[in-house]
Amino acid sequence: MTGIAIAFLIIALLVVWGGLVASILYLRRRPEAGEYPPGGEDDHREDEAPIEHDT
Amino acid sequence: MANQAQRVGAGRPREQWTGQVGFILAAIGSAVGLGNIWRFPGVAYENGGGAFLIPYLVALITAGIPILFLDYAIGHRFRGAAPTAFRRLGGRWLEGLGWFQVMIAFVIGLYYTAVIAWALSYFVFSFDLRWGDDPAGFFVGDYLQVSDPGFSLQFVPSVLIPLVIVWLLALIVLGAGIAKGVQRANVVFLPLLVVAFLILVVRALFLDGAADGLNAFFTPNWAALGDPNVWIAAYSQIFFSLSIAFGIMITYASYRKRRANLTGPGLVVAFSNSSFEILAGIGVFATLGFFAFQQGVAVDQLEGLTGVGLSFITFPAIVSQMPGGPIFGVLFFGSLTMAGFTSLLSVLQVVSAGFQEKFGLNPRQAAVRVGAVSALLSVLLFSTTTGLLALDVADQWANNVGIVASAVLTTVLVIWVLRKGSELRYHLNAVSTFKLGGLWIVLVGVLAPVVLGYMLIQRIVSLIVDGYGDLPSWYLVVFGWGTIAVILLGALVLTVVRWGFDPERFLVWPPYPAAGAGERMPRADAPDGPAGKEDRT
Repeated sequence: MTGIAIAFLIIALLVVWGGLVASILYLRRRPEAGEYPPGGEDDHREDEAPIEHDT
Repeated sequence: MANQAQRVGAGRPREQWTGQVGFILAAIGSAVGLGNIWRFPGVAYENGGGAFLIPYLVALITAGIPILFLDYAIGHRFRGAAPTAFRRLGGRWLEGLGWFQVMIAFVIGLYYTAVIAWALSYFVFSFDLRWGDDPAGFFVGDYLQVSDPGFSLQFVPSVLIPLVIVWLLALIVLGAGIAKGVQRANVVFLPLLVVAFLILVVRALFLDGAADGLNAFFTPNWAALGDPNVWIAAYSQIFFSLSIAFGIMITYASYRKRRANLTGPGLVVAFSNSSFEILAGIGVFATLGFFAFQQGVAVDQLEGLTGVGLSFITFPAIVSQMPGGPIFGVLFFGSLTMAGFTSLLSVLQVVSAGFQEKFGLNPRQAAVRVGAVSALLSVLLFSTTTGLLALDVADQWANNVGIVASAVLTTVLVIWVLRKGSELRYHLNAVSTFKLGGLWIVLVGVLAPVVLGYMLIQRIVSLIVDGYGDLPSWYLVVFGWGTIAVILLGALVLTVVRWGFDPERFLVWPPYPAAGAGERMPRADAPDGPAGKEDRT
């Protein structure tokens, strides 16, 4: 391979795969927001879900 | 009142991913599809090689990720498939945009299954290299038995059988629901896809001529950066690759719990998709380098570098020539099938979820009813001798006109007409760890509609003036513009039909603006759940 092609191969890997690793590390460090507005507990009555039919 | 309350109580909880990882895997499974393997390498090569990386990354950061976040915000805040979410966001007329997206997904589902069926057939053919010495002739003649443009009912059994198998598998997964079906399928297939493709790439790197292929792929052509079309190519690659703006990410985000991080996982999904594209570029071009070496030509003299031609003609030709070809073919077509299948699930889930919510069906009922109609149409249109042409034309119009129009409409209506940009940004920031500034609204509200609007107009003019693929104009009117007409008509009819329940009996959380809306805010400590119960009964 030529030098310039190798350079761009490495840049591509560093930027894109590096971006992936960075975003995974960021998510691992802060998986959830520290605090939420009140409410929003997963109480399904906040949703109007389709009725479950007995089938 | 009692009845209403009872009815609310009878509602089952909205389906959910089992957690963050499940959602991320499913979203990556949706984003990583056929386009990553067969479209990106060729597009990058033709638009500046290594230098294409610059417009590609700019497009990813300025349009891809912002629109992905927009979809997440709409789906998660309004907790519904596209029609439900848009209805809650902007009222009855905006519901039509949701159905427009559902109809696009419906049409794409019809032919996407056919391509996966081809990949499945070729997976089997790889074992004995059934295409022989003439892969092009085998694909068009022996396998698809392509005839003149038109509509025939002459079925091709070798396509029909795998097509039915793909439909059955997809509907079984959809019928099992989000956690037990879609998520589980992705948890199995996505790692398998990555491992299979990594083996393929490593094998490809050790082929004679691989370095020449990688030289061709990565050598930058700086002059290309001055060409506006290269930038458009980058934006369209990112746009089509990320599964954005036609309901998928709206639907997927709606299955996350309310207190769920959105932007952090979104970054992981977007970079995973691009990482797989780079990996595919390396694998495909190393292999093409080997092919050029065998032919005694330069890589730039090769043809069939993208799409159906690359996968079903060029790759089989390469597989025939290489040592251990069958194993390579099995890995390639196995990867293509898995990448396609996980994306197909997301496309069909958009349709299934839209119908579940509008008509009060459960996943199994929706899978059976929607699936039966879809499978029948898909078989009628795409397993006959006229299937390839119909597929090519429907794909061209559904993608380049339908999806791009959907993106332009969504950004303009949501940001400019309804002015929901700040609210959606507030929502993303309230639940997420990666906070967005006001620039996000500018990117989604100004840059995205300008670039995508330009792409849309350019493509429509070109399709009207130049036609497509030397096909007769009557054929393009019926299968191309006809596809758009069917999508519009379907959207109109489905908007008008009555709901099985009232989609607007719904409390948005967190309220916006936060201050002053506390009265209607659902309280976590309320023994009876949300304080807004009275509002809904």
